[in-house]
Amino acid sequence: MKSLAELEQIRNRMANKINVRNEAGEEGNTRIVVGMATCGIAAGARPVLTAMMEEIEKRNITNAYVTQTGCVGMCKYEPIVEVYGADGTKTTYIKMDAAKAVRVINEHIVNGNVVAEFTIGSDK
Amino acid sequence: MTELSLHILDIVKNSTKAGAALVEVDITESTARNVIEITITDNGCGMDEEFLKGVTDPFKTTRTTRKVGMGLSLFKTAAELTGGTFDITSKVGEGTVVKAVFVRDSIDRQPLGDMASTMVTLVSGSESTDFVYRHDFNGNVFEFSTVQVKEILGDVAINTPEVLAWINGYIEEGLQEIVAENI
Repeated sequence: MKSLAELEQIRNRMANKINVRNEAGEEGNTRIVVGMATCGIAAGARPVLTAMMEEIEKRNITNAYVTQTGCVGMCKYEPIVEVYGADGTKTTYIKMDAAKAVRVINEHIVNGNVVAEFTIGSDK
Repeated sequence: MTELSLHILDIVKNSTKAGAALVEVDITESTARNVIEITITDNGCGMDEEFLKGVTDPFKTTRTTRKVGMGLSLFKTAAELTGGTFDITSKVGEGTVVKAVFVRDSIDRQPLGDMASTMVTLVSGSESTDFVYRHDFNGNVFEFSTVQVKEILGDVAINTPEVLAWINGYIEEGLQEIVAENI
């Protein structure tokens, strides 16, 4: 059973290993942005976001973080995920779902290989 | 939208965009009265009377990418389809209250869906906003408050992945408990 006592344990654990995870704004981090406006939510952006956050927690990834934004302006491609690499590159993934999101974390964030088949450039 | 919890996520996003410091989500489910009441109260910037009049019109929006805004009109339609009601009140500088009542056993009533996921998405999306989520199921009440969570966390950020995972589990289990007590 999850309790507030358990939250305190998490706090103590986190306080002990301060700076293990990079600060969100810190340089060298990969920023992952999920579109979370009405269009994104209706198309299934919420499970994409939670899948990415869970995978980052599970794999203890410390150099990437997930944020949200409003409407990107391309509603028919939602859910949209944009990945801003530490080197200044930007990759736009479209029509995402939870399974694709996990693949992006593993292949792109962890191994550094863009998942070309999910990018906007591959849409015919 | 396929779940009430997705509507809630969308509507509360309006509140955070309106600069609210506190957003309260109240859900009352009553099998005796055959309703699910959802009330979202924020202390954001509010709207003037003229904007409020047309706010459930899909061609009314503050967004700048295009001239259509669907959020409130979808929520209103979802409630009215079940035979329920929708009401929004707002005051400039004070905030906004959105209340939707759903007829619980209507075939058109969407499932509540994953409220834990909705709250985690909100908390991770705007860490400086406080959220209170109260869920009353036939008189059994579960409450989650980021004010309380932040007090316990001290200087550990609420949007660290470990904390978000805890919040997800805490809400899931809390909701299961208030429903189970009724069976």
